[in-house]
Amino acid sequence: MAESDNIVVETAEKIFADLADPQTINNDRKDSWQAPLWQALSEAGLPLSWVPDDLGGSGASLADGFALLNAAGRFAVAVPLAETMLAGWLLAQAKITSPEGEMTVLPASPKDRITLDADGAVSGRARGVPFAKAAKHFAVLAHGKDGVSIALVDAANARIETGLNVGYDHSDTVTLDKVQPVTIKPAKGFDQTNLMLMGGVARSLQIAGALESMLDISVRYSNERVAFEKKISKFQAVQHNLARLAGESAAALAAATSAADAIANAKAFDDEVYLEAASAKIRCAEAAEKGGAIAHQVHGAIGFTMEHILHRYSLRALAWRDDFGSESHWAVELGKLVANRGADELWPLVASR
Amino acid sequence: MTAALRFDPIRLPEKCEQLRKEVRAFLAEEIAAGTFDPHKPNREDADAPEFSRRVGAKGWLGMTWPKKYGGQERSFLERYVVTEEMRVANAPTRRFFVADRQSGPVLLKYAPEHIKMDILPRICRGEICFAIGMSEPNSGSDLFAAKTRATKTDGGYLINGTKIWTSSAHIADYMIAIFRTSPPTKENRRHGLTQFLVKMKQPGIKVNPIGQITGQYEFNEVVFTDFFVPDDHVLGEVDGAWKQATSELAYERSGPERFLETYYVLTELVRAVGPNPDTRSAEGIGRLVAQLHTMRRMSVSVAGMLQAGKEPVVEASIVKDIGTVWEQQLPHRVRDLAAFVEETATNRETLERQLDFAIKTAPKLTIQGGTTEVLRGIIARGLGLR
Repeated sequence: MAESDNIVVETAEKIFADLADPQTINNDRKDSWQAPLWQALSEAGLPLSWVPDDLGGSGASLADGFALLNAAGRFAVAVPLAETMLAGWLLAQAKITSPEGEMTVLPASPKDRITLDADGAVSGRARGVPFAKAAKHFAVLAHGKDGVSIALVDAANARIETGLNVGYDHSDTVTLDKVQPVTIKPAKGFDQTNLMLMGGVARSLQIAGALESMLDISVRYSNERVAFEKKISKFQAVQHNLARLAGESAAALAAATSAADAIANAKAFDDEVYLEAASAKIRCAEAAEKGGAIAHQVHGAIGFTMEHILHRYSLRALAWRDDFGSESHWAVELGKLVANRGADELWPLVASR
Repeated sequence: MTAALRFDPIRLPEKCEQLRKEVRAFLAEEIAAGTFDPHKPNREDADAPEFSRRVGAKGWLGMTWPKKYGGQERSFLERYVVTEEMRVANAPTRRFFVADRQSGPVLLKYAPEHIKMDILPRICRGEICFAIGMSEPNSGSDLFAAKTRATKTDGGYLINGTKIWTSSAHIADYMIAIFRTSPPTKENRRHGLTQFLVKMKQPGIKVNPIGQITGQYEFNEVVFTDFFVPDDHVLGEVDGAWKQATSELAYERSGPERFLETYYVLTELVRAVGPNPDTRSAEGIGRLVAQLHTMRRMSVSVAGMLQAGKEPVVEASIVKDIGTVWEQQLPHRVRDLAAFVEETATNRETLERQLDFAIKTAPKLTIQGGTTEVLRGIIARGLGLR
């Protein structure tokens, strides 16, 4: 666990440890853990971490919020904490006050577009929207003829087709058909790519957190499980697999925290932030695939059962790859950026921080 | 939990960026003057003594060492910048790099004062070259299996035996080597090795070249026959070199040279595809850049740990494991993507020539400085598995 002097993270970790123990959640078939957890998180002001005081939030720094998301990933919590944080952050970009309760953002895919009509209504379809079913409000980024606007939309006015991602969390299709927002304001200098990069970094921190936990429980399991009359941790092949898992976990965490640090300290979403954020999403998604496979390999068949907690981390890490642009999407975009800047500008870009 | 594996996102301070500009300007001048061709990694750069001296004159060797030994008392992070810029430019660094990275720090820690005063300033001026004598025939990665004997005699030791895979021994002025001063004990098979400073180019040492599959000559076999080393050339504790040698290896494992050795093929690919790549090329380049960027952030982070006086043994091993596997795969991924490069690309021949060399270089990358298997063993130990 991070030896943190970060009060936001400490508060969150205490709540998670008390109310979101993975084993308890895993055995709870009625999801009766969700309401008390959300209530505790809300009372601590965590879902609106990134919303300034004057807009209804708790005004934590970007850095603290990112660290909180990493901690949430370590517990792989299935409540819309990251989504509400992102929504609050997006609304704050246009100085819109955040309401209470669960929120999510749309679009959640770089390919989807929400449009703003001349009469101020928003329309469009957004796929793969995490926790749309649980949200009371949506923070919506919409394209009008005068540029980008940000809107607060009541979820009751949207059509929601429910779906589940690979990690069994809601990933829904939201259709807005000439919906009048609660509030809408232009967002000068902001664009959809910024939202996707921010969402991608949030997911990267969660993936890194899930990998930290996968490493932890895999190491523990290998020190308990006996096969061929030895603890499996004593087999060199198992040790080397776990060393690779440690490498993937470390790489994911390094990429994600570096990108978070870049966003927290940058004045704008420039090329350096783009490199950091896109790289984090690409590398963390790759780590989720490689690392998750190793964690399951170490656990043998037991890790493949619903009874074991491993899937809570491994499947979610795999699912999170798809939100806010998959690694394939960002790899193509980053490759285009690099090619467009030219061969001799590649190293200066990489070595810019 | 896994607190030991955090790689904090440190940023290089402003003065590093100033230094980076100076290094780039210097290298541009050297390239313009014809000292080396950045597009030709496949050269014998052993004989660039004048370049070494000019790097030394800039104050870029022994940068972190005390001024009284010719150093600059600058930070690890500043040294990091110099190393990565040299490597990316394919500068001929072989003559001075080992001394700067490894041998100098060992002497600083373990050599008697008069030897430090004699040798360290010459390293800083780029005048002398070092080799490292660790591996032996039939020992390889198993350092503690070394057999070459150092037998106590009047005023020193007599050395008999053979070191192998010794890079640059044919041009080296000195070697820092481990020799067996007594047998291993039952309790500790690491016991009995001692580290020595060896002055090369003397009677009793024979250096035999070993060709490499790249067509280059860098490795050697070094045969010692009743070779005399004086007492004051013992470095550190007699019979206790295993501790020294393992901490020395940490310097060798996390630097930018551990993921940038085949970097040039990526630049050349980007040049070949031009400003508007097809989707497959763009995705391939994007993934490789993301992986490179992540490793560099990890490597910079370890440099920050070294600067803070920590001993990031496991972290350094992780960077080397991921880094060398990556730089080994890089030429093959670039080759995949090069299949889509237009016949008319102006640098097509350069790209093909570089790929040919990089593919031949790749097999050694996961061996030098600790094999992948040994590194994964160290990481496993760090995880509490052994």
